[in-house]
Amino acid sequence: MARAALPGRLSWQLGRVTATARETARAKTLVLDVPHWPGHRTGQHVDVRLTADDGYQAERSYSIASAPEDDGIMLTIDRLEDGEVSPYLTDVLEPGDTLELRGPIGGYFVWDASLRGPLLLISGGSGIVPLRAMLRHWAAVRPPVAVRLLHSARSLDDVIYHDELIRLAAFEELDVRIALTRAWPDDWRGHRGRIDRDFLEDAAWPAQDQPRIYVCGPTAFVETTAAALVESGQRPDSIKTERFGSTGG
Amino acid sequence: MSPPSRGFLGRRRSGVDPSRVPPGQHLTRGFPVLSAGPTPRTEVADWSFTIDGAVEEPTSWRWEAFIALPTDQITVDIHCVTKWSKLDTSWRGVSLDTLLKTVETKAEYLTAWCDGGYTTNLALEDVLGGKAWVAYEYDGEPLAPEHGGPARLLVPHLYFWKSAKWVRGLRLTETDEPGFWENYGYHNHGDPWLEQRYQGD
Repeated sequence: MARAALPGRLSWQLGRVTATARETARAKTLVLDVPHWPGHRTGQHVDVRLTADDGYQAERSYSIASAPEDDGIMLTIDRLEDGEVSPYLTDVLEPGDTLELRGPIGGYFVWDASLRGPLLLISGGSGIVPLRAMLRHWAAVRPPVAVRLLHSARSLDDVIYHDELIRLAAFEELDVRIALTRAWPDDWRGHRGRIDRDFLEDAAWPAQDQPRIYVCGPTAFVETTAAALVESGQRPDSIKTERFGSTGG
Repeated sequence: MSPPSRGFLGRRRSGVDPSRVPPGQHLTRGFPVLSAGPTPRTEVADWSFTIDGAVEEPTSWRWEAFIALPTDQITVDIHCVTKWSKLDTSWRGVSLDTLLKTVETKAEYLTAWCDGGYTTNLALEDVLGGKAWVAYEYDGEPLAPEHGGPARLLVPHLYFWKSAKWVRGLRLTETDEPGFWENYGYHNHGDPWLEQRYQGD
């Protein structure tokens, strides 16, 4: 029973920022050393808690961007213009600072290399973060599983992990397809426009190949994509979704 | 005690009654959508609602019969475990007092089950006495599929994953059987005021 595998209490603990990396104009990756990290599976998230001098606190959840094989826990934060927590994490936090967090959380939207069947990852914007953890895990373990990442961004400059995706695409069994929805270079050979049903039918394995499908992104992106996958014949129970609301984080 | 986060000021909302916002939550004006898979789309012509399990006689309603049941207009605050809260949300639905009155049972728990395969468990004491509804209107409109339409459970005093979307029935049980998220490490009860987010909280 899944019940026996439940974790114990998730305690708050302090991680220390060891490095930061700019991903795009809006997104930044934090690398954290978390002394009592119990390990995680790709797709899981952490809760982060900030405390002001007067004791006021704000909590948010962020997907884990690193694989279990990586050194440190990585979080990639998309800066929301009117956010309370994300601008602090992207603009104020520096190496040497501490960050209170607990996790890992979530056991459904997860993938690990022991799972068979082709892996179809579909993301919009910062929805790529938990899928990137899956890609890094795949690259570290190299299981006999074919992988496709279909990623949608507004422009090339908005593609989080762009250089890393190019490197990953060099693996024979790993296919990266990027859709740019607003602007693209003149010589852009990827998809122009949104990920739609035609694009999905071209890029997805047929249902009889039993792909495992993970869709992550803003609510409207996930709603549209998951509906198009079902309409094109994919089994609803093969599709796991994670949606970001406009929660002012 | 949490140490202060260097340089974090926080943004306290003016005009918000803090007694309405549980610990760790913040307010949203939108209505975020969170679900684990594709949105099921069930036509009301194909919809029914069933109470079965540990009952003398199961009961079931087709859509037309269900919406003919007495309804409540409900205005409540809702709290999602992903940390957003939304105040003064307005719903119409049938009270679980009304629904459960129709069956004889010694059960103390129920499992709500849904189109798409989702389940969640609740103690009867958490859903009786004007605490829970099967809601099919939001803000005066039919409940949209992405928010759980045709009908969803509404249990506003617990985290919102207990308010199961696309609900189709209640299975009464004599023992408490963890549902979907409860089996993935989320808290069995889920009281936002006690911040019962995850197992062990």
